[in-house]
Parts: sequence; C-alpha cells; structure tokens
Amino acid sequence: MTFLTIDWLFIIEKLVLIIIIILASLGIALYTTFAERKVAAILQDRPGPNRAGPFGLLQPLADGVKMFTKEEIVPTHASKWLFILGPGLAMVASLMTCAVIPWGGSVELFDRKIDLQVADINIAVLYIFAVVSLGIYGIMIGGWASNNKFSLMAVLRAASQAISYELAMGLSLIAVLMITGTLSLNEMVKQQQEGLWNIVYQPLGFLLFFICALAECNRTPFDLPEAESELNFGYHQEYSSMKLGFYLFAEYINMIMSSAVMATLYFGGYDIPFVNDANLYASIGNWAALLQVTSILIKIVIFIFVFMWIRWTIPRFRYDQLMDLGWKKMVPLALFNMLVTAFIVLLKHNGWKF
Amino acid sequence: MQTLTNRSKQVDRSPMNFLERIYLWNIFKGMFITFKHMFKKQPTIHYPEQKRTFSPVFRGLHVLNRDEEGRERCTACGLCAVACPAEAITMEAAERLPEEENLYREEKYAAKYEINMLRCIFCGLCEEACPKDAIYLSETLAPSNYSRKNFIYSKQDLLIPNPKTETTDLEKAKGK
Repeated sequence: MTFLTIDWLFIIEKLVLIIIIILASLGIALYTTFAERKVAAILQDRPGPNRAGPFGLLQPLADGVKMFTKEEIVPTHASKWLFILGPGLAMVASLMTCAVIPWGGSVELFDRKIDLQVADINIAVLYIFAVVSLGIYGIMIGGWASNNKFSLMAVLRAASQAISYELAMGLSLIAVLMITGTLSLNEMVKQQQEGLWNIVYQPLGFLLFFICALAECNRTPFDLPEAESELNFGYHQEYSSMKLGFYLFAEYINMIMSSAVMATLYFGGYDIPFVNDANLYASIGNWAALLQVTSILIKIVIFIFVFMWIRWTIPRFRYDQLMDLGWKKMVPLALFNMLVTAFIVLLKHNGWKF
Repeated sequence: MQTLTNRSKQVDRSPMNFLERIYLWNIFKGMFITFKHMFKKQPTIHYPEQKRTFSPVFRGLHVLNRDEEGRERCTACGLCAVACPAEAITMEAAERLPEEENLYREEKYAAKYEINMLRCIFCGLCEEACPKDAIYLSETLAPSNYSRKNFIYSKQDLLIPNPKTETTDLEKAKGK
C-alpha cells in the first residue's frame, strides 16, 4: 500500500508499536511506584501497602486518583508557562528514550516483518545521550519557574550533578563503543547474541555506567536535588496535583529506560541467555520474539530491583562528596578503563591473539 | 569503666584502610545486610484481621456486672465515683420497687450510671472500691468516635448481657 510514495502500512505499524510501548512503559512505571514501596517495606521488615485490592495491587490506581483530585496550584510569582512546561518536558524526555531501544527481534504478521524497535537509527547511543541531557531541562525549567529559593538550589544541584556524571558515563560508554564498533543498539544486541555479553569485556565500565545511571536518574545515593532535609522537597516543591505526579512518574520512567539501556548495552538486550535465538526463531516463530521481549523485561525488572535495593540501603551523599566522587574518582577510572580498552582493541587489530 | 551490658562496643577510630576508602566494598556489605532482611519474619500484626491479646492485668473498657440470676449488682453507693481520680463517674440512685426484684439485687439501684471515657484514665480504682463486685475493667479498648457526646457511656452501654435471657450475647462478649 503505497500512496504519494509513502509506505502507509509502515507508518501504521510504527504508530501501533509506539502506542504499545508508551502504554506499556507507563503501566510498568505505575507498578514501579508500587514495587518501590513494597521493596522498601520488605527490606525494612514491614508488609508495605496491602489494603487496596489483593496484596495492595490497586494501590497505584488509588495513588493516581489521589494525584488527580488534588488542587492544582500555580504560585502567584511563578512564570506560568514554564511552570507548566517543566513537568511535561521531563515526562516527554524520559519517554523519548524508548524509541531507540530494541525490545525484541522481529515478528511476522500479515506477511510483514515487523521489528520490535520504533527506530533503528545508526546513532542510537548518541540519541539516548541527547535525550537524557534534555531530561534535565524539565527539572531545571520547573525549578526555575517555581520562583522559590529551595527549588532553585535543587535545580542547581541537579544540573551540575547531571553534567558531572554525564562525563564519566560517556567515557565508560566509549569503551563499549570501541569494542562493538557501532552506535546502533540493534547491532550491539546482535553482536552480543553471537558472542559474549559486553559485561564480560567491560565489568569496570558497567560499574561506572551503573553509578552514573543512578546519578542521572536522581536516585539515592545521588538524590540531592530532592534532599528533603536540606531543600524541603527539592525542585518539585511548588508543584501539586498531576504536575507533581508527572515529575515523580518521569523519575520512574527514567529508571526503566536507563535499566533498558544498561540491559541493551551490557547484558545482551533481548538476547535469551544460553539459547541460540536463531534456532528458536526457526522452531517456534513469533513466539521467540515474545520470549525475547520477556527476556529484556526480566533484565529491566532485575535492574529496577537493584536500583531500589540501593536506594533503601545507602544514605545520601553530601554535595562535596558527590562532586569528589564524580570528578576525582569516576572520571579518572573511566578514562583508565577507556585507555586500557583502547590498548587491547588496538593490539587485537594488529593481529595479536588472546 | 563498668558497663551495664556486655553488648557495648568501643568506637573504632583507626584510620580507614584501602578497602574502606574505596567505599564500594562497604556498600556491598550494607546491601548484603538489607538483602538478609528480605527473609526476616515481619513483626507486624495485621490489626483489623489479627489482634494482639492483652495481658491478663490489662485495664480496658468498664462493664457493669450482673449476678447469676441476671440482676444488676450495682447499688449506687457512689464509692466508685468517690474513688475515681478523674471524676469520670456520675450516678443517680433510685429505690427498687417491689415488682423490680428480678432486675436489681439490692433495694437501692443506679437509675443513671455514666462514665465519661474521655476523662477516664483506666486506673481501675473504681473496680477496687466497689463493695458489690459490680464494676470491672474488661479487656477491650474504648472505640473511637466522632463526637465527644458519644464518649459518655450510659448504663445500657456498660451493662453485660443478662446471663438468663441473653446467653448468646454473653458468650459472644466473653469472646467464645
């Protein structure tokens, strides 16, 4: 079906995929908030939310209803449009990441081969970095527009933290890029399916990337932008109702997306461990794609659990400690990791055998 | 210095060694500790479904007793009201009529008997003062309420079910 030299079926296919992925990530984020409370409770020997529905499973819906029914307040001295733009931007930026993540192989439906990835762009890693950096704008604009000194301090912290840790993140990523020799996430997954997962080659790089991901998501121990004891409530101090909900939600979506990126970069993405995916496709067809999606989702869930586990274990850094860790420890380590990787890659190119 | 228990530990102020300075190792140690807590038994008592049993000396909501034939034991002597340090008890006495002998044990009875549960401190002195074994402190809590007026418990609220006529209610009140 082509009209005006555009393959309309292709557009429909992608649109459906986008809607499914966005709805799925919103749904997962909804239950991540629930999981956070449950994990916190279990780690602290408590039962956690257990009143709404069986095992408290309706709790996120109750939270949502609560958020929607609260009074929407725009402070008198806030700049109104920026104030509204802030949470929206945070949400959009965190949702945009999911466009380039390969969620599975491909399914064959209606004689079409549909890739389970919205856009297989060849600079996916760069795209993710750009979008993640955009995400900090949501926080910055919101905090600035609130016209509140606590929010302003919080966004100052958020921005400088994001910049500091993005550097180490980029440096630890370069090592992966040198090994794989590609910026396309799909290509990376394919390489990991054939060979070993990148975590085997890059354990230090992964550790650095993970710590930086914690910092980028503003998760404990790097949650200085929302340090209650110092900044009341941080950058979303003036927000109420669903605008606040958007900020909190964006944080959880960020968590999911960084887990997905980590799974893709270091843990083989949708690769099912110990199984030859090509053979699986030959034997059970489309179901193999479903299994692959399950595989990446399980990896994401494990990462999210580790995020939460860390949150309920480690206290928050002091600000100077945060900067000290970022600039004096993470960046040199990442540089070291990059140089060693570069050296080995160079040796390999010159025909050394390992 | 003599310590009270043998559990106290001296604070270690020696400088950090390399493993401690690297910080990561200690994080893993901490994470292991929190991980162990996942498998611990929760001390929570899920309140509306499970209730903790009170100790046998617990002093809860008052009850006004009846004797074996279902007659009220209280004679409105007022000793409980005098003993009450919070002045929560008020009563009015009345004389028993000849046809009321199956209702009240003595010739004098309490026509009105009120305890203000907001004033009551549940000390149990009324129970000790009573010469007729008429007032006891049970093992239940005074339930919450929306208005102060409802916290003034009248005689009907306090009396136990009649063992002659309301046996099932009595068994239920005893928690059987």
